[in-house]
Amino acid sequence: MTTYEGSILTIQTPEGVTFRLPLASPVTRMLACCLDLLISGGIAAMITQFLAPLAPISKDYYAAITALIYFAVNLLYSMVTEIVWRGQTPGKRILKLRVVDSQGLRLDASQLIIRNLLRPADMLPVFYLLGGMVSIYQRFGQRLGDIAAGTVVIRVLDHKQPSLENVFGAKFNSLAEHGHLAARLRQKVTPHLASLTLEALLRRDTLEPQARLELFGELAGYFKSQVPFPSEAVEQLADEQYVRNVAEILFRS
Amino acid sequence: MIIDLARFVQAGRPHWESLEQMLTRLENDPQQQMPVAESIRFHSLYQRAAADLARMEPFASDSDLRTYLENLVSRAYGEMQERTSRGRFRPWHWLAVTLPVAFRRRVTAFQLAVLLTLAGCAFGALAVSMDKEAKAVVLPFSHLQGTPAERVSQEESGRSKDLEGKKGNFAAQLMQNNIRVSITAMALGMTYGIGTIIVLFYNGVVLGAVAYDYISSGFSTFLFAWLLPHGATEIPAILLGGQAGLLIAHALIGWGSRDNRRERMRAVAPDIVTIISGAALLLVWAGIVESFFSQYHAPVLPYSVKIGFGMLELILLTLYLAFAGRGQE
Repeated sequence: MTTYEGSILTIQTPEGVTFRLPLASPVTRMLACCLDLLISGGIAAMITQFLAPLAPISKDYYAAITALIYFAVNLLYSMVTEIVWRGQTPGKRILKLRVVDSQGLRLDASQLIIRNLLRPADMLPVFYLLGGMVSIYQRFGQRLGDIAAGTVVIRVLDHKQPSLENVFGAKFNSLAEHGHLAARLRQKVTPHLASLTLEALLRRDTLEPQARLELFGELAGYFKSQVPFPSEAVEQLADEQYVRNVAEILFRS
Repeated sequence: MIIDLARFVQAGRPHWESLEQMLTRLENDPQQQMPVAESIRFHSLYQRAAADLARMEPFASDSDLRTYLENLVSRAYGEMQERTSRGRFRPWHWLAVTLPVAFRRRVTAFQLAVLLTLAGCAFGALAVSMDKEAKAVVLPFSHLQGTPAERVSQEESGRSKDLEGKKGNFAAQLMQNNIRVSITAMALGMTYGIGTIIVLFYNGVVLGAVAYDYISSGFSTFLFAWLLPHGATEIPAILLGGQAGLLIAHALIGWGSRDNRRERMRAVAPDIVTIISGAALLLVWAGIVESFFSQYHAPVLPYSVKIGFGMLELILLTLYLAFAGRGQE
């Protein structure tokens, strides 16, 4: 089952597992298309340059080969690169986009061929005007070729392995010394708030200094109001360290 | 429930890494056949990662861990749910079996394309027969604007010499133009078939107008000798493009089907690709014949030879599309 919310395509597998694919915007797709036009033009020009020594042998056949090379590169460039690179042309690769099946299934070569063969319809009347209009009004941002092929273009997110070392260091946790209070804290904090706390810690380096102070001040204040710890356990603890200690209690039971 | 995240990552990491390695291997070599034991392990790792992702459900949406697991699960899901076989492409099998079988499976769309073209032919012939001035509107080619007698006289006096030294380029231009027309006829199927119908009908109008003009002037032999050698493959190729376009339109509209649009399109996609690829092949041949053969006329090349060659092509193409690959479908 696929649903759409904002610019996210959500796919639910028959087993009930949900994963989300962030859709690419029409503007990014257009930029990728421009890059691909430049690259394919460059490839065709390089091949014809390579064949230039044949020109004196027969100008006629050299002109024919040149025309056919430009035509073939123009027609096949996106198809071949998307098949070889599993949904990516060089332009898409540079801009971190990828064509995927709209239901999360494995892409067939026929899907990639169809979405590229239907470009003449998308290009009507000039430079992808029809395809662009359709993709703006279509909820998955699909152009006509994508609708026919059952594909969507998504943004490829960096998926580095999660690391918790920066959040839960080997520092002494004064709150953990009070087992019964720590247990009460675990009982009182909802999973949603716990996840927000973890997110705040994971992203703390990306926050403006003032916002960082305010956010951790608010979180620490809330946790303190829920389960007060003895003063010797919290004195000289900055709000951020307090929240980090709370998170460690929550996520390292 | 709040999970012990550090322990969760520590316990899951070896499985996630194994799954990632298997996925990378599969993605780098899509043709590889996974042994049964490895398939079972892959399935088990997928289930583990899916379960881990499900446990992350209550967490905020953009955590690295969730993004990482979503990426793993979505890639593995795609590999698990693959619907088509991954057999290697075999050109000879494709030519001998896949193409003619796909054509016959979707022959109704081809018949409709033929009917639309014939309707266009009748319209074109009727228009030129009723109003001679219609020729200027219907025929966009300057060399067809004069009378057939003038054209035949020019051709037989050796106009083909004009193409000396240009035949290769001429063939290339013809191939490109005709392949573009066929692909456009197919692509316009996305306009619910309206664009495809217009392209087929208009091609028929031009063909009908030219045919009427030459036949009514008594130059039917010249007409057949001129058109048949390349037309025997070029016209069917454009009809194949129309067939593919009508298939797209039918899948979009979905008459008589309970499947959703996506399923309908997915079912018809491989045949569309096969048919349009067949059309492109025919058009490469047609371009060569038109440039190197069709432009020669009597007395250089007797009309009987040209007509015989065109008829032979047409018969072979008909036999191929009608009978090739039978019993191996």
